[in-house]
Amino acid sequence: MRFIFKTDYVQDIRLAKHGGHHFWYSALLIAMLAAPWIVSEYWLAQLTFILIYSIVGLGLMLLAGFTGLFSIGHAAFLGVGAYTQAVLTNYGMPFPLALIVAGALSAAVGMVVGLPALRVKGIYLGIATLSFGFIVEEVFARWESVTGGNAGIHIKSPNMFGWTLDSGEEFYFLCLVLTVVATLLILNLLRSPTGRAFVAIRDSEVSAQSMGIHLARYKTMSFAISAALAGIGGALYAHKLQFISPDQFDILQSIDLLLMVVIGGLGSVHGAFLGAIFLISMPQVIALSKDHLPTVVAQAPGLQGLVYGVVLIAFVLFEPLGLYGRWLKVRTYLQTFPFYRRGTFKRQKAFQRSDRLR
Amino acid sequence: MTEVLLSARNLSVRFGGVLAVNGVSFDVKRGEVFTLIGPNGAGKTTVFNLISRIYTPTTGEIEFEGRKLSALAPHEVAKLGIARTFQNIELFEHATVLQNLLIGRHTHRETGLWSDIFFTPRARRAEVAAREKVEQVIDLLDLQHHRESLVAGLPYGVRKVVELARALCTEPKLLLLDEPSSGLNVEETDDMVFWVRDIQQELGVTVLMVEHDMSLVSKVSDRVLAMNQGETIALGTPREVQADAGVIEAYLGSVDDVSGLRRAA
Repeated sequence: MRFIFKTDYVQDIRLAKHGGHHFWYSALLIAMLAAPWIVSEYWLAQLTFILIYSIVGLGLMLLAGFTGLFSIGHAAFLGVGAYTQAVLTNYGMPFPLALIVAGALSAAVGMVVGLPALRVKGIYLGIATLSFGFIVEEVFARWESVTGGNAGIHIKSPNMFGWTLDSGEEFYFLCLVLTVVATLLILNLLRSPTGRAFVAIRDSEVSAQSMGIHLARYKTMSFAISAALAGIGGALYAHKLQFISPDQFDILQSIDLLLMVVIGGLGSVHGAFLGAIFLISMPQVIALSKDHLPTVVAQAPGLQGLVYGVVLIAFVLFEPLGLYGRWLKVRTYLQTFPFYRRGTFKRQKAFQRSDRLR
Repeated sequence: MTEVLLSARNLSVRFGGVLAVNGVSFDVKRGEVFTLIGPNGAGKTTVFNLISRIYTPTTGEIEFEGRKLSALAPHEVAKLGIARTFQNIELFEHATVLQNLLIGRHTHRETGLWSDIFFTPRARRAEVAAREKVEQVIDLLDLQHHRESLVAGLPYGVRKVVELARALCTEPKLLLLDEPSSGLNVEETDDMVFWVRDIQQELGVTVLMVEHDMSLVSKVSDRVLAMNQGETIALGTPREVQADAGVIEAYLGSVDDVSGLRRAA
C-alpha cells in the first residue's frame, strides 16, 4: 500500500501523482520508443493501429464516458477525417496542415450532429447519431467527384516540408507522437473546469444547470472535441491503409468504436487504450486459436462476431467498469492482500434520481 | 437588513389543469432566513423551481436585486448568486466530493477551453485558487474525511452536507435549501441548525428554505411563509405562523372536521 503525504494543493493537480506513475509511464514510453527495433514489421503495424484507435477512443471516451452522450455514428467522424486527409494530401497539402483541416472539419460536423443532443437523451440520441452515420456513409458513396464513390480513393504517404514518411517505422513514430499529445491534452481537459463540467452533465443535468453550467455549450463542445479526435484518427487511418472506401466507415465500424470504450471501461482514460488493444488484438487471437479448434468451429462464418458479442455481454453482466475496472480490482487486491473484500467496489444504487428515465 | 433581495410578485404556475402555485407574493430581505412551510403538495418546491428557472411562471414575476429572473436562461441564475440544493439530492454521483465542490466553483471560472486544454500557468493558478476556496467550505462543514471519497459510496447524511457544501462553493448571495433536514437523524439535524445559522451569520448569506421539521424552522427562521394548495395562508415569525388558525387548519383540519370524527361517548 502506498501512502502519499500531501503538503501542497499542486500535488493534486499534477498528472503523475507519485513515483510509481513516473516509473511505469516512463517505462511504457521507452518500450514504445524501442518497439520498432524489437517487434516484427507486422506487429508494428498492429501497434500503429492500436495507437490510431486509441486517439479515436480518447475522443469517444470524452463523449460517452465523461459527458454521458452516446454516439452510434462515430465512424462518420472517422470517415470525414479520412476523406478530408485523402483529398487534401492528394492535392499536395503538407501533412500537418491537412491534419489540422481534417480535425477542424470533423469538429464542425460534430457540432452540427451535437445539435440533437441538446434536445434528446440516451437511446434517442443513439438513434439520431446512428442515422447521421448512415447519411455520411451515403454521402461518401454518392459524392463521386470528390470521394471516388464506392470504388474508393488512394492516398499518398504523409509528406511534410520535403520529408516523406513512407516507411512503417516513421509512420509509427508519427502516430506515437500524436497519441501522446492527444492523451496529454485530454488529461489536461479532465483536470480543469471544462472537464469537470462534462462530468457534471453526465451525472446530473438539472444540478449542472443550477451550478451555472451552460448545457448546450458544453455538450456541443464535447461533441466537437470528440469528433476532432475521431477525425485526426481517421486521417491517420487513411494514411495507414493507403486506400479508403465508404464501407470502412459503416455501422460496424461505429459499433466497434463503441465496443472499444465500453469494454475498455467507461469513464477512464486508460479504458480507451485498453479497449483499443482489445479491439486490435482480438481478431489476431481468434485467428491464432483457429488452428487449435475443431474445423467445424474454426471454419464457421461469423466466428468473430460471435466472440465479440459474447465478450460484450459478459462485460456488461460481470464487469460494467470494463477492463480498467478489472485492473483496479486486481491492483487493490494485491495492495491490500490479504484483506481485500469482495464488496469493495460495490456501489449503492441511486434511487430517486430525477433523470433516471433518460 | 431591511433591503429586499428577492421579491416574488403574484406568482402563478399552471401544469395542465393543476394550479400548482396561485398568486403567491413574498419578499426575502437581505441577511434573513426565510422559510416556506406547508403540507405536501402545497407548491413549496415549485416555488424553488420557479426561482431557479427550471419552470417558467404562467403569470407573475420574480426579481433578484432588481433584475427580472424571467429574462434569464436557467444556467444564468447561478451567476447572479443564487445557489440551491435539491430535495432528493442531485450530486454528481461518480465523482469525488472534491470534484463535486470544485464544480461548484464553475461560475467563478476564469479560464476558457484553450487555456484548459493546454493547462497554461494561468489555468494552474486558477485551479489552486479554486481549491483554496473549496477548502474553506470543507473546513466550515467538517468534510475533511470525505474529500477523496466517491459520492456514490457515501451515506445519505453526508451527501446532504456535501450538497450544501457544493452550493456554498458558488459563494451565493441567496441559498435555496430544499428540505435540508429530510432523511437526517436527530444529531445531524442539530448540526444542520448550527450550519444554517453559521451560513447566515458568519458568511452573511441569505437563506430561503423549504422545511417540514418545525423545531429546525423555529430555531433558525426569521420569517415563515405558510402555503397550502398553491396559496399563501400566513406570513410572519415562526411563533405567529404556528399559532395561526389557517395554518393549523391546513395541517390538522378544522374543529368541525375533527368533532365530526369524534366517537359518540
